[in-house]
Amino acid sequence: MTAQTCPRQHQRTTMEIASLEPSLYTVKAVFILDNDGNRLLSKYYDKELYPSMKEQKNFEKNVFNKTHKADNEIAFVEGMTIVYKCSIDLFFYVVGSSQENELMLMAVLNCLFESLGQILRKNVERRCLLDNMDGVFLVVDEIIDGGVILESDPQQVIQKVNYRLDGSEQAYGFDLFDYIVGNIDGQTDRSQCA
Amino acid sequence: MIKKFDKKDEESGSGSNPFQHLEKSAVLQEARIFNETPINPRRCLHILTKIIYLLNQGEHFGTMEATEAFFAMTRLFQSNDQTLRRMCYLTIKEMANISEDVIIVTSSLTKDMTGKEDVYRGPAIRALCRITDTTMLQAIERYMKQAIVDKVPSVSSSALVSSLHMVKMSYDVVKRWVNEAQEAASSDNIMVQYHALGLLYHLRKNDRLAVSKMLNKFTKSGLKSPFAYCMLIRIASKLLEETEAGHDSPLFDFIESCLRNKHEMVVYEAASAIVHMPNCTARELAPAVSVLQLFCSSPKAALRYAAVRTLNKVAMKHPSAVTACNLDLENLITDSNRSIATLAITTLLKTGSESSVDRLMKQISSFVSEISDEFKVVVVQAISALCQKYPRKHSVMMNFLSNMLRDDGGFEYKRAIVDCIISIIEENPESKETGLAHLCEFIEDCEHTVLATKILHLLGKEGPRTPSPSKYIRFIFNRVVLESEAVRAAAVSALAKFGAQNDDLLPSVLVLMQRCMMDSDDEVRDRATFYMNVLQQKQKALNAAYIFNGENTHCAPSLNLRALVCVDISGPIQEVRLCLSVSSVPLANTPITEQKTEFAPVATSKLPEKPGPTRQDIYQEQLAAIPEFQGLGSLFKTSEAVQLTEAETEYVVRCVKHTFARHMVFQFDCTNTLNDQLLQKVMVQMEPSEAYEVLHYVPAANLPYSQPGSCYSLVRLPEDDPTAVSCTFSCTLKYLVKDCDPNTGEPDDDGYDDEYVLEDLEVTVADHIQKVLKPNFAAAWDEVGGDFEKEETFALASVRTLDEAVGNIISFLGMQPCERSDKVPENKNSHILFLAGVFRGGHDVLVRSRLALADGVTMQVTVRSSDETVVDIILASVG
Repeated sequence: MTAQTCPRQHQRTTMEIASLEPSLYTVKAVFILDNDGNRLLSKYYDKELYPSMKEQKNFEKNVFNKTHKADNEIAFVEGMTIVYKCSIDLFFYVVGSSQENELMLMAVLNCLFESLGQILRKNVERRCLLDNMDGVFLVVDEIIDGGVILESDPQQVIQKVNYRLDGSEQAYGFDLFDYIVGNIDGQTDRSQCA
Repeated sequence: MIKKFDKKDEESGSGSNPFQHLEKSAVLQEARIFNETPINPRRCLHILTKIIYLLNQGEHFGTMEATEAFFAMTRLFQSNDQTLRRMCYLTIKEMANISEDVIIVTSSLTKDMTGKEDVYRGPAIRALCRITDTTMLQAIERYMKQAIVDKVPSVSSSALVSSLHMVKMSYDVVKRWVNEAQEAASSDNIMVQYHALGLLYHLRKNDRLAVSKMLNKFTKSGLKSPFAYCMLIRIASKLLEETEAGHDSPLFDFIESCLRNKHEMVVYEAASAIVHMPNCTARELAPAVSVLQLFCSSPKAALRYAAVRTLNKVAMKHPSAVTACNLDLENLITDSNRSIATLAITTLLKTGSESSVDRLMKQISSFVSEISDEFKVVVVQAISALCQKYPRKHSVMMNFLSNMLRDDGGFEYKRAIVDCIISIIEENPESKETGLAHLCEFIEDCEHTVLATKILHLLGKEGPRTPSPSKYIRFIFNRVVLESEAVRAAAVSALAKFGAQNDDLLPSVLVLMQRCMMDSDDEVRDRATFYMNVLQQKQKALNAAYIFNGENTHCAPSLNLRALVCVDISGPIQEVRLCLSVSSVPLANTPITEQKTEFAPVATSKLPEKPGPTRQDIYQEQLAAIPEFQGLGSLFKTSEAVQLTEAETEYVVRCVKHTFARHMVFQFDCTNTLNDQLLQKVMVQMEPSEAYEVLHYVPAANLPYSQPGSCYSLVRLPEDDPTAVSCTFSCTLKYLVKDCDPNTGEPDDDGYDDEYVLEDLEVTVADHIQKVLKPNFAAAWDEVGGDFEKEETFALASVRTLDEAVGNIISFLGMQPCERSDKVPENKNSHILFLAGVFRGGHDVLVRSRLALADGVTMQVTVRSSDETVVDIILASVG
């Protein structure tokens, strides 16, 4: 990594600044990447942190490069504390400031992961996630609101989202739907997937 | 169709992505089916998902198209499909800033928020608050208050969190909901508790008493939510810090009690809070450190990371407190998470003993390539600190650093290493040659101009004084051939220093210089020409003035000054000197802080970048505006402010001494702290003890309550007796008092004269001398010459250590210590201090002071100057 790819690095090399202002704004960002480091979902809650799309994607790339090789749960990148988890071909990240309580961030990450595990029926992998993207958006929305931890109990999240996923029927429904829309691609793909 | 799909699949690499090739325009086209009746929830859901996905990928939506899609979406509120409705809320939030007129959904959302379906209510509140502005907030205030105290937790939480978001926008409105939030705080639901606490704190944080009351209540009642506990701990520790309450405060007890909480999150937050408290004693730290020690062996990586990061913090201030954890930390060195391993090792470096250094360094080198730059910098800083602690280990460190220097890394990382090596070189003379060799190797392939110039400057300074200077020439000249202008210019300066100091190298340096004179860059050419001319004179005095110690002088106005010198350089030395003094060099003004940025002249002379006006420049301007002080010449020196009263008296007066060539101006900054008085015609009457003559008083016309004002006195220095540099003035503040109404500030018409005795003001020799840094003291010493050298020996009976003696001499003479001679090496009983300065009137003064410790300190002072009187003055004042 050179300095060019991480423009913020030089401003944030010191690991600690002043003590933390008590606040509910715990989560700076959350994102889900696939195993090539492509963004599937990402939310930034602090407007001052990486305001432009380009900076965000650079940051995600940097984080991905530093974390995808080993599942180490926690890392420190560009002055931010990052907790993460991977599952098959997906990477889940929760980002907080360097002074944030790491265990709070872990609570968010665990809640996200377990909630998604439930609505995806344990198939926490890229294809399944993308097929149920609406449910994923809703889960993230129930866990974090504007950077504040809204809920940390996966059972509560599932209950609030109340998302229906019925394996075969759902798949069938989608096929039919795809067929109606004239999107045969999806169909072929699903047979491969199964 | 199928063929096309195959191609797609290849591109994406790993399975296809149903959203891969979405076209914004196509999706917006599809969004038209929102208007169809009946609504097909599944299709609409799919399209909304696509829209949100596109927004999430950073696709730009124009206002027009976004608004169109948004309006179409509003129709979907007719459907009762739950997921579809939820996705509508999401779309509203995502588009709130892109689309226009989003407020049209207000009524739909208000309906959902107050409706029967609990699943809708929370999300509807959050969506509504996202699109609400200050004016509309009044309309929904009633609903918000109800929602905050709603018995459904998700509704209450949503309302509380949304209120928190809106505090920034309309504090005054949200503040009215404090009672509701208070009620919510006693909810059974843990998240509602947490959110209510957060909102309450945010509304009250400027009212310390209210925060204190709130803390008192919640710490007693006991909350269930671990998040809320963490929040309470943060609030408590902030309050402790602000009120500077002692550690016997109940708040501290509360934080300490949290160390026994059943949630790890809370325990860690409490430990971290204690560790971060200023002036915590070892005893108070102990319980926090022992819970962190337990966490070190946790199976959870995040917890181990948190623990070791916090221990690292403790080790900075209280290394001994962490020693107990050394065994646990050593186990973490092999942790699979490299961040944890790095933190563990840097902590150990701070707490470890000298004997463990070698082993630790070996362990670091095994994984340093695997960690991020941020951590590498942390490691280097730890090593740097270690070098200072155990200077004898410098060879191990140097070896290690040079290996790190060869690895890949960003600018910050490289800079940290270079700084560390430089500091080792400066601290340990025996490591100089190896260090310089490593740095030479580094600049052979260095992409960072700043580092290259810094190292070249260092080479120029240190290289010529090493046993075999010739080996550095090659490295330096390589820079001239290969690098950018700034580096080339720095290389030329470095070369010149070698030429000036080593006679046998001079011919080859001149040849190289000749080649630099054909450089394509102006700055490089000018420098080469200039140095060439100076070197050809082969005169020590010139070398000293323009090559070694010239750095300060031609820092800012470089080119003009040097051009001037180049023209006259063939003339006799005196003439050159004259030129230099005519341009009346800002050398006297060079602030000491520039010592560190010295390597920068290359850059600064290229860009006409001037450092901001110094304090002295500001004073100069202020004084020049006063007619009485015109014709005094340029300001030579401004002293630090001296207090002439106690801090808490009726009138506070401090004095700043300004020294000119033949005069001094005393500036008295006065503040009137009585709100029932107006002072007029304020001046300070001065009675000198010596032949100083007070020429003029400039009174301050008015001095109202709490508005500082200045009055001045102009004093002529005694001309017939130039050795009278010190003098004591007894000062009296004189003024006309007018009583006035404390409320309106309206003064009475009549006043009476009064006076107030101030403390005596001393003028000392330091007021006549300006600090000047001579990077090469020996050269400066030769340059000034021994014409007016005098030497005398004194016994400082009252001083017990060399450090103290050095400090006393520096502050007494007000001169600049050179060659780092202000630092006395440990365990030595003799020391030489080099001081440089310029005496009022522009005469260089150099002092060499040999100190020997034996039953008090004996001091032999040798003074050189270009003027005999100055030498006498210094010696007389020391005696």
